[in-house]
Amino acid sequence: MRTCGATPGGPSLDGIDLATQTVIQGVVLKDGVYDSVPNGVAVTNGHVRLLDSTGEFTAEVPTNLEGQFRFFAAPGTWTLVVQAPGARVEQSVVAAQGTPTDLVIHI
Amino acid sequence: MYAQGHIENAITFHWREDLQDGLIRDLVSKEKFEALLSKNGIANDTTVVLYGGNNNWFATYAFWYFKVYGHADVRLLDGGRKRWELDARPFVAEVPTRTATRYVAKERDNSIRAFRDEVIAAIGTKNIVDVRSPAEFSGELAAPAHLPQEGGQIKGHIPTAKNIPWSKAANEDGTFKSDVELKDIYQGAGVDLAKDTIAYCRIGERSAFSWFVLHELLGVNNVKNYDGSWTEYGSLVGVPVAVGALA
Repeated sequence: MRTCGATPGGPSLDGIDLATQTVIQGVVLKDGVYDSVPNGVAVTNGHVRLLDSTGEFTAEVPTNLEGQFRFFAAPGTWTLVVQAPGARVEQSVVAAQGTPTDLVIHI
Repeated sequence: MYAQGHIENAITFHWREDLQDGLIRDLVSKEKFEALLSKNGIANDTTVVLYGGNNNWFATYAFWYFKVYGHADVRLLDGGRKRWELDARPFVAEVPTRTATRYVAKERDNSIRAFRDEVIAAIGTKNIVDVRSPAEFSGELAAPAHLPQEGGQIKGHIPTAKNIPWSKAANEDGTFKSDVELKDIYQGAGVDLAKDTIAYCRIGERSAFSWFVLHELLGVNNVKNYDGSWTEYGSLVGVPVAVGALA
């Protein structure tokens, strides 16, 4: 969920036509405790790759200075692989057109 | 990314601002390439080591580009920025100062560059390798999934192309797979390496990665990068297009 102030998840969605785009985004945090409030430190040297439902590489982006990333995908099941120095995390996501998938990933 | 930190003494080239003509869709002219390298203190006998983000897509594109203009000693940092970063190696902010040179480029080597008519003629006769993701190949996506799915082109692929995504050739950390694995990937997908091969993607950088694998790592000589790629082919009037996954 999106709240005021600190953004729990990926970058601002302003200017993105959510009706036509299937957005998977989020933020990668370290040393935080998952309680739906991001309280970890942003991972700014992470790399997030998006694999399709057959495990095929689809895209990869580095995290930004806030630890955030974003993909424009297609509806369906995807796997995210987060790599950072000394860490590797995999997470399965279901994406839909019109409703952005916004994640907080702890490594 | 360069401004956020780079390997000590590295300089930066931007693939669009520095390496595209800007007025017409093409590489920069020989004179502009000479001016770019001269300004950055690169001489004809300088060893140039390239690295970049995006699993070295743009670094391999620059590598191919340096080869097109005949630079003698150009190399690639295996794994690029990502491997460097995952190894927790240092980045610096300082921009080095370099003494200008008088670089002289060679005439373009089109033996490693394919143009559209050649690609159309290659349908059904030469190896055409589409190195985009399966979803772009099949026509489901118009661009890689980290880019907005916009653009007016037709979606799909060049008929008779084999879909061998660039990523098949790379390990998860961005380094290249072994030569034996690389050969298996291409031959296993039905590419006869004795025949001429044309690689393409969307704008010619991922296919430069696959061109690097075939031409530089596996030593296959008859390989060209079609840098016009799908943004050109998928906008041509009247050319054949295929959709769906490969049978």
